Amino acid sequence: MIDILIDVFSWVLLILGGVCVLIGGIGGLRLPNFYTRIHAASLTDTMGAILIFVGMMLQSGLTLATLKLFAIMLFLLLTGPTATYALANAALLSGLKPDTGSNHDEVEKEEPAE
Amino acid sequence: MIFVFAIFLLSLLVITSIAIVRTTNLFVAVMLTSIFSFLMAANFFILDAADVALTEAAVGAGVTTVIFLCALALTGEREKPRINGRKTARVAVAILASLMIYATFDKPRLGDPDAPVHQHIAPWYIEKTTEHMDFPNVVTAILSSFRGYDTLGEVFVVFAACIGVLFILGVPPPAQKRLNKVVEQNKGLRHHLIPQVVGRLVIPFIVLFGLYTQFHGEYGPGGGFQAGAIIATGIILYALLEGENKALQAVPRSVLLGMVIGGALLFGSVGVICMFMGGNFLEYSVLSADPIWGQQLGILVIEAGVGMAVCGALLSIFHAFAARENVS
Repeated sequence: MIDILIDVFSWVLLILGGVCVLIGGIGGLRLPNFYTRIHAASLTDTMGAILIFVGMMLQSGLTLATLKLFAIMLFLLLTGPTATYALANAALLSGLKPDTGSNHDEVEKEEPAE
Repeated sequence: MIFVFAIFLLSLLVITSIAIVRTTNLFVAVMLTSIFSFLMAANFFILDAADVALTEAAVGAGVTTVIFLCALALTGEREKPRINGRKTARVAVAILASLMIYATFDKPRLGDPDAPVHQHIAPWYIEKTTEHMDFPNVVTAILSSFRGYDTLGEVFVVFAACIGVLFILGVPPPAQKRLNKVVEQNKGLRHHLIPQVVGRLVIPFIVLFGLYTQFHGEYGPGGGFQAGAIIATGIILYALLEGENKALQAVPRSVLLGMVIGGALLFGSVGVICMFMGGNFLEYSVLSADPIWGQQLGILVIEAGVGMAVCGALLSIFHAFAARENVS
């Protein structure tokens, strides 16, 4: 009984995580300017990652794999948002203004952000 | 299920490569090459080639991208418009591509157990690995012992590539040397607290993972090449976050060069020692009274040499590019 419950719960988490990644992808394509787009894309490596990894951890049970999944999740949760921050910061420094209100795309010359 | 996933990945590969060809922005092309490498790594992983996948992810997607970006910082971001020569190139590529596709018709099906490659020497390797080395990773056994000559050659290729890059980029232009001091103060992401803190947290683990890959190569996927690339990635990350000077303080140029030369030398000298002890070149069995332990010892030492050489070479190349950036 409890096995079935855990299985169902983990699948719910996995599907929710998948939906988050999908929303992030659609947002990255559809949203009007750079900052809103990376806002959408950052959904994939925070919410999407947490949901999918917790789902997979529930699937694997109490094994070594769970520990490894947890380590990978921790790594992704540390690096993903940092990368998003660095990207946004680089864009800001290279002169791309977060323009609220209008919905035009960025047209400035892009600097190769490191 | 895995078949569908493989098809999906392969079609993504084709799409990415077409995008690489079509884009004129070199920065985009570099990012797409990185994506291409990641897809390729996933593909290798599906084909159960975890060692190759690890190498592809670390070298192809990690270090190469950084070195490409360093090179782009020196050149321009846009591709130069080319007028002539396009047609001949296209015809040549079309002919070559159709020849290659034609050649694949003679290939056995993917994973066909009757394919010559699975009949000829692979069973012998799988059989003899436990007998001679007594560890489970056949790939490491083939790479470092059965085909040790090839790996020695690869290490010398890495060595030669590093020397070549240093010959071209290693000498700083004399006139602008004094400018370095001024520029270097605002190098790196020093004023960005978040990446720096996270980097300090993550870099030790990256290096630790590299060492694990190095010394666990006999039992799991890994080995010198992957370990060298992973450790180099960690140190490059340090250089990006704290500034190149600090990275050079931590691992100076002389140490890097010593690693490249020492690694290649270590590999070669193990072979020579084998000869002195009465065996053939790179025949590790003679290194110890117990031939199995001799093999394991030899593999451990030459993997260390490979790791040192790869790590030193990648870092030297990175520093050679980064030093140019300060000057120009």
